[in-house]
Amino acid sequence: MTDASLSGPDSTPLPQGKTSLLAQDSRTKRRNAAEKRFRFYGMAAVGVGVLFLVVLLVAIVRNGTPAFTQTFIELPVQLSQEKLDPDQTGDPEVIKKTSTFGYNGMIDQALLDLMAAHGLDSPFDKGADLRKMISASVPAQVRDYAIAHPDQIGQTVVFKVLASSRVDGYEKGRVTREALARDKNLDAEHLDLVDQMRDAGILKRSFNLDFILGTDASESRPEQAGIGASMVGSFFMMLVVLFLSLPIGVAASIYLEEFAPKNWITDVIEVNISNLAAVPSIVFGILGLAVFIQFAELPQSAPLVGGLVLTLMTLPTIIISTRASLKAVPPSIRDAALGVGASKMQSVFHHVLPLAMPGILTGTILGLAQALGETAPLLLIGMVGYIASNFPDGIAAGFLDPNSAMPAQIYEWAKRADPAYYERAWGGIIILLVFLLTMNFIAIILRRRFERRW
Amino acid sequence: MYDSPALENTVDTKDIKISANNVQVFYGETHAIKDVNVAIEDKTVTAFIGPSGCGKSTFLRCLNRMNDTIDICRVEGQILLDQEDIYDPRVDPVQLRAKVGMVFQKPNPFPKSIYDNVAYGPRIHGLAKNKADLDDIVERALRRGAIWNEVKDRLHAPGTGLSGGQQQRLCIARAVATEPEVLLMDEPCSALDPIATGQVEELIDELRTSYSVVIVTHSMQQAARVSQKTAFFHLGNLVEFGETSQIFTNPVDARTESYITGRIG
Repeated sequence: MTDASLSGPDSTPLPQGKTSLLAQDSRTKRRNAAEKRFRFYGMAAVGVGVLFLVVLLVAIVRNGTPAFTQTFIELPVQLSQEKLDPDQTGDPEVIKKTSTFGYNGMIDQALLDLMAAHGLDSPFDKGADLRKMISASVPAQVRDYAIAHPDQIGQTVVFKVLASSRVDGYEKGRVTREALARDKNLDAEHLDLVDQMRDAGILKRSFNLDFILGTDASESRPEQAGIGASMVGSFFMMLVVLFLSLPIGVAASIYLEEFAPKNWITDVIEVNISNLAAVPSIVFGILGLAVFIQFAELPQSAPLVGGLVLTLMTLPTIIISTRASLKAVPPSIRDAALGVGASKMQSVFHHVLPLAMPGILTGTILGLAQALGETAPLLLIGMVGYIASNFPDGIAAGFLDPNSAMPAQIYEWAKRADPAYYERAWGGIIILLVFLLTMNFIAIILRRRFERRW
Repeated sequence: MYDSPALENTVDTKDIKISANNVQVFYGETHAIKDVNVAIEDKTVTAFIGPSGCGKSTFLRCLNRMNDTIDICRVEGQILLDQEDIYDPRVDPVQLRAKVGMVFQKPNPFPKSIYDNVAYGPRIHGLAKNKADLDDIVERALRRGAIWNEVKDRLHAPGTGLSGGQQQRLCIARAVATEPEVLLMDEPCSALDPIATGQVEELIDELRTSYSVVIVTHSMQQAARVSQKTAFFHLGNLVEFGETSQIFTNPVDARTESYITGRIG
């Protein structure tokens, strides 16, 4: 050991013109500082993104989850024999003669009896005042039951009826006594009664399957509205999109990628496909209005037309992703197939296409997910604003009868004045997001499943 | 320096399998192959050597019209396979490629089972009448590819799971399964280690008994070891073509001598 190696590095005299590795020069320091700054910017950008995402999710869940529960009242109604079927025929045709208005008296009486039976301190003498607490859908509910069960006429049947949207809003904390001061639908006394009914166990909040599976309702009955019918509309639209855009898109991509000569015509087509993918979706909507409805005279608001419009919109996405996955298949596979005497088509269909399949499927599913969430083009073909209060009866009706779609239904709800609809719009978004996440998840599974194996 | 078996290799027959007359190849404006005349004999290994970019691979790919897949590539002149012009408009390149098989630089088995890799060619050409027949063809091809003993127990394992050398022999088996008359090999050993290279070279020597083999190689030792005839390409020209022993011991052209002694290339 020499003296030099024993002493610290700082004291080691360096030969002329040499720099120590143990001390950073100013240039290196500046470079390192720049890198650190850049990493910080990147992390900050990611952080901001994550923050927005969290805020979004929290907002959606907080505003949307109340839509999945609803306030119900257990109401025993006596189905009046002399009112509905005085001759005791038991014939549904006779019972049908009484309209929903005819049931109001029975329901009013049932409500008064309910108050009396539970010894509730009701300030209202008239049943019509009590009726403000329940949904306007109740007479129809009772009537449907009476028609379906003629043998129950004359009996007392316990119905689980929807509370009105104001009462429901009070239960969910949306409606306050102060707010009711200027509301002619409900008074503060009603809310006192609601408190009593809750304590008596005849008014309960529970999960409302009808929100997911039911149909839309008119503007004045938000408590009755559900997204089920528009889900069916979306389903039929997606069928149209899948069965049109997948074969057309894949065939076009295979031709352009594998067979078409590379000249200015194919260049123009390629540029146009890329541009079409960036065209605002409402433009496809007005195209669909002009071509499918005004020229081809297809029915308005029909999922078939919606599906055709969304097909136009999805095609560029599918073509671009399919061509990308065809391009990603190594040329050596094509050479290998041609080398053993396969024709061009055999090499594509036996070797290239199976290898490109995961990419094609992923692209298709993502295209479908995009189409599922699309609202703007549906505005122009009349799928927004339509009240989907009935399910289509049959496959043909599913394609051709007017219906709505999930995002259009959500838009429609968000537009309506009653705050109860606002809550339903958020709830609808949760359902839509569940569908989108499921589709993305399937895309990931497919990609993993058929991972490239070369 | 090249005291190799090439000196003892003898040429078995003198039948001309492929003859190229005044072949020119253009890539767009680039004149890649200039006026090549060569006669490739049957049951002979012919090696194409030369520095990178000299056009030997391009010329090889003309022999089974693999260049057709490149839009800007244009071939002029005449290439006769058994006296028939393979660039005649009546020729279907698919039929041609069944007769002129090819093995590529990088082993490129299909991402399928070993069995399906070999059976693919016979299947699309309808060479097998039934399953047993196809099994026979696959076994024969794998035996010829000198890989049967290694894979006979796992014929349904993926071909891509084999080692590099095994994959290349599988590709050779796949090429011979369609009973070609000529086998083109484009640097078949460039991605292989010396042991695998040795196995493939041995295999090439055996294949010579049944086929006319044309091999492009960067390794002059390899050309000397496996071939009976050698063609030296330089800048798109066929500089010299002759018996391998003569090319390596007594080249006529000064450029050939420079290349084999390591002064160019």
